[in-house]
Amino acid sequence: MPGTRLLLRYIRNIEAITEEEQERIFKAHVAVVGCGGLGGYVISHLARLGVRRITAFDPDVFAEHNLNRQLFSGLSSLGRSKVEVIEEALRDINPEVEFYGFKGRFQDFWTDDRGDYTVVIDALDNLKDRRELAGWCRAKKLPLVYGMVAGWYGQVGTQFPGENTLDKICHLAGKEKGVEEKEGVLSFVPAIIASIQVAEAVKIILGRGELLRNKFFLIDLLDMETEILAW
Amino acid sequence: MQVKVKLFATFRKGRFKEAVFEYPEGTRVRDVIEELKIPLKELGIVFINGKDASLDAELKEGDVLSIFPLVGGG
Repeated sequence: MPGTRLLLRYIRNIEAITEEEQERIFKAHVAVVGCGGLGGYVISHLARLGVRRITAFDPDVFAEHNLNRQLFSGLSSLGRSKVEVIEEALRDINPEVEFYGFKGRFQDFWTDDRGDYTVVIDALDNLKDRRELAGWCRAKKLPLVYGMVAGWYGQVGTQFPGENTLDKICHLAGKEKGVEEKEGVLSFVPAIIASIQVAEAVKIILGRGELLRNKFFLIDLLDMETEILAW
Repeated sequence: MQVKVKLFATFRKGRFKEAVFEYPEGTRVRDVIEELKIPLKELGIVFINGKDASLDAELKEGDVLSIFPLVGGG
């Protein structure tokens, strides 16, 4: 709020970003589609950064096999809706956040309205849904930051309306699930990819810095190699 | 002709990171992938010299072929 003192909780954001930029983050509305491995870390980052409106979608409840990597999962949350558990956790992390959680697939809640999302973050776990989300973002002229993980490997990119790098990177794909079916996912991979996704979202909100537009970032944490493919 | 083949992520298991192979003229991306016994359904993307390529693209002397698996989890 202009003229008022910035809450101490945001003070360590300042200098990396200006107070005016912090205001822009306060006013942003970010949609997070999926509340699993990527989504948990994404939402935690957004809340701590001060994104005051977060809308999230996930039909699932926490299960034991989520405990190896999903930030908001714990013994007390097993069997409970991911969206509900995250809503409760956010009240403790940052009560300024208005969290709109939808228990279901995002397709059941999308409307003809584009919403007032500043940016959409893909935290889905399959290609079919991800393509549908990309199609919706394209139609509604919304920027999309997508991320994928498997085993030791992660990938991330950003596309604006009119761009279709997501289709390009999976156009050969003959199925909806990738090597994560065989490889599983190690906890540090969604943590890294979600962090990069949120960095992209913040740059979109601020209109500053270099984005992964028409680019695709890949990291292999086993061989410690990174690649940026560019179109 | 010689072509450098670079494999990424899981495709390295039991194979290699990168290697130079001799192929007959007219070899296509698909032929290389089949010879390496990489299941087509696991493919994500293929690049030739840093540019997006199709399975039917013909390789040329000195090309660098990069093969990535589909990574789709969240």
